[in-house]
Amino acid sequence: MSENNKHHISYGTYILVWAALIAFTSITVTIAGVSLGRYTLFIALSIAAIKSALVINIFMHIKFDEPIFKVFLGISGATLFIIFLLTFFDYIYR
Amino acid sequence: MSNNTGTAAHHVHRDDVGAKMGMWLFLFTEVLLFGGMFLIYAVYRYQYPDQFHIAAMELNTTMGTLNTIILLTSSLTVALSIAALQKGNKFLSLCFLSITLLFALMFMVIKYFEWTTKISHGIYPGSPELLTKPNGQILFFGLYYIMTGLHGLHVLVGMVVISFMIVFIARDKVTSDNYVKLENSGLYWHLVDLIWIFLFPLFYLIQ
Repeated sequence: MSENNKHHISYGTYILVWAALIAFTSITVTIAGVSLGRYTLFIALSIAAIKSALVINIFMHIKFDEPIFKVFLGISGATLFIIFLLTFFDYIYR
Repeated sequence: MSNNTGTAAHHVHRDDVGAKMGMWLFLFTEVLLFGGMFLIYAVYRYQYPDQFHIAAMELNTTMGTLNTIILLTSSLTVALSIAALQKGNKFLSLCFLSITLLFALMFMVIKYFEWTTKISHGIYPGSPELLTKPNGQILFFGLYYIMTGLHGLHVLVGMVVISFMIVFIARDKVTSDNYVKLENSGLYWHLVDLIWIFLFPLFYLIQ
């Protein structure tokens, strides 16, 4: 609420997170070239999830913001997950 | 307005948390919009795994990787521009925003070359050449055009929003103690980046 208790992130932290994001990108590109069979998609999506966690927490400030935004994020994530789950239940057991 | 006392005039009627809450709610509608498309992608990839692999070979991984790096870096520069403004460094903030705009332009230029190459090879929705291919490949390219297209549209909108922020900061409408507009624009830009983080492995990295 008050302006004073806002958490300001330093340039260094942002640059560190960016470096991590670039590192994860090179890992995912390298791994895509290696044949890992059915794990390829799982690994690619896990790396994407780690990258989004970094962007959401640090770049989008969720980690330091009001708790209500975390609740919002949880609800929208859960909604998306349920939609995916129900669709695949319907599709696979059709 | 003019009958405000000195102290009352100092108190600006403004709700930064409310403004950000509105932005987050909007971002969730965006997540659901793209979520629906990712759902279609997931079901069809499950149905035609081999066709998706063959079709994805046509995409240029180098261009995709380059665009990923550009977009991630542009996310960094937006974050840095907010940090600079928080520290009261208006000039640095404007510099970082201009660099962001430049990266966004680079992204769109690469996207343009990527699409025109595909189109010149006769691969675009409804093209005679594409229609001779099996269903799974037609679906892959249909999804490729609609998802990267909608994402590209978001990049263009983001460029307009960032241009407005540059003007606002230059005219002191957005300042070091009133920067929620810039923060919200940043949130939008990071969302565009987030969507690309998932689009990239799903379209360019299927080997």
